[in-house]
Amino acid sequence: MNFFCFGLNHRTAPIEARERFAGHARSPALLRDLGCSEVLLLTTCNRVEIYAAADTNIANEEIAQSLRIEGGSSAKNDLEAFYRKENAECARHLFRVAAGLDSMVVGETEILGQAKRAYAEALANGNAGPLLHRLCQRAFRAAKQVRSKTQITRGPVSVGSVAVDLAEKIFGDLRGRKVLVLGAGETSAKTLRALASRGVSDLRVSNRTPARAEELASELEGLAVPFGTWLEQCREIDILISSTAAETHLLTPPLLVPILRDRADRPLFIIDIAVPRDVAPEVNEFDGVYLYDIDSLQQIASESHELRRQQLAAAEAIIDEHVADFQKHLGLSKSGTRPTKECPARVSGELRTSEL
Amino acid sequence: MDRQFLIFATICYLAAVIRTVVSFRARIFRRSRFVFLTIALGFVLQTAFLTVRGHTLGSCPITNLFEVLVFLAWSIALIYLLIGPAYRLSLMGAFTAPLVFLLQVAALLAPIDIPRASPIAPNPWLEFHASISIIAYGAFALACVAGAMYLVQERQLKTHQLRSIFYHLPPLPNLFSAMTRLLWFGFILYSAGMISGFFVNEPMPWTKIVLAFAIWILYGAILQGRYLRWMAPRRIAALCMFAFAVALPLLWSIEFVGHRA
Repeated sequence: MNFFCFGLNHRTAPIEARERFAGHARSPALLRDLGCSEVLLLTTCNRVEIYAAADTNIANEEIAQSLRIEGGSSAKNDLEAFYRKENAECARHLFRVAAGLDSMVVGETEILGQAKRAYAEALANGNAGPLLHRLCQRAFRAAKQVRSKTQITRGPVSVGSVAVDLAEKIFGDLRGRKVLVLGAGETSAKTLRALASRGVSDLRVSNRTPARAEELASELEGLAVPFGTWLEQCREIDILISSTAAETHLLTPPLLVPILRDRADRPLFIIDIAVPRDVAPEVNEFDGVYLYDIDSLQQIASESHELRRQQLAAAEAIIDEHVADFQKHLGLSKSGTRPTKECPARVSGELRTSEL
Repeated sequence: MDRQFLIFATICYLAAVIRTVVSFRARIFRRSRFVFLTIALGFVLQTAFLTVRGHTLGSCPITNLFEVLVFLAWSIALIYLLIGPAYRLSLMGAFTAPLVFLLQVAALLAPIDIPRASPIAPNPWLEFHASISIIAYGAFALACVAGAMYLVQERQLKTHQLRSIFYHLPPLPNLFSAMTRLLWFGFILYSAGMISGFFVNEPMPWTKIVLAFAIWILYGAILQGRYLRWMAPRRIAALCMFAFAVALPLLWSIEFVGHRA
């Protein structure tokens, strides 16, 4: 029996193709009809993949057809976007996917949860047998080891996540913190959403165009405040996100001094993502004021990217070990083909005892 | 014989220090139980040393500067083990272990383990005064450690230079809260030590009394500054380090038990 992976991802196919072949509830059953004894369907926003075991060779076009959503075009014209990996290469691919090494943002951890959910679903629907069980359990172990033994997941990699990480360092718990967004641009909205996702609930939006402020405020269940009062708001808020189109500094040391006097020792985190900058850099000299402009945030994000990139070799080495061990356990040859006959029987007992 | 316990304890702290240095050099800071466990083992061995020494002396083993330093190192380890888990195990340990290691090395290498000439009558007030004062020093030492951690992180936040350790340090408010609690804990114990000093019924040089009061006033002022919000947390952290550096040389004034002989 061979096992294989077939699918497409953000590198091999544009979003339109991924939408056409997003898979559906009946995909596993269709694949079973084609002769697969075990099937797992993994769909995320960046990839659609099936992992399957079969005695016979099933044509790519037939598999692609099973993933095609209703109303989509024929799979024949899109086959170039798909990849297929057999046995050991399939195992390596899944291990890399689960560890986040194949993700758009290297080292992201969400994919492991998605893979676990996909396996749980396959198990619940009776589509996962001993082979997939062994494959998935090994993938989860490999992913956990990559996470714990390397720094592949370390550091924020987007402006929003950098802001959130810094805010958590400055304030600890973000629940109950107050945020004011000055100028409702796209990046500030993203940053605001990232903060809201970590528990910030008091969101205030101020914009020269009140309608835009109200729009963003209602989207995030926040409060639109008049642009003329933003400086007064600084007495109450904990985080200021500024991204106006002003040509001169809006916040300068002389304006901030009386405000800081009223704030006692409450820190103020200022995220200035405007170009030209809204906040004078000298503001960072004050005790308890932490000013980050777009360059500093992007610099931190790119350093994290670089660190993750440096960790790739160590992560791949861990994957190699797991693949070799997996091959050995399943009795695959070094080229990664032909599992021995006893392997499904050997692993069948584990299916009942292992945990997800 | 009892020094062997101390040597093994020092080796444990050395292991924790080496782990910390390796982590620094590799720029990989990860929470692990290794540092916590080596400090815990070192603490057990220190306790064994103090127990054996105490039995031999028939009193609390703080009769000379050597024993005072060991007792201080033991106090620091004790307070770390009590509060460390609440403020991220290995990170506070990474800062604590070098301090304890240096104290023990100083105690072991310096010719300060001088036995007293003759036995003395036990004085419970004196032993209480000396031991509680040293435990207070342990709390001040840990406040100094928390202050150092605060300043390291605050500087990285200010300069935008985030190193590996940054992602593993507790948030600033947590560190500040730990620092404040340690200051209060140390201050209360130190006050108890000073009050008990009046019941010792032994002659004391006025310089030592004045210096002890000066330290008490210094820590009191830091706490008052915190309470009235006169000072920013960064300044409190810096003062915690400054105050401990000033207080440390005063340790010799605690070794009254041996001087009575």
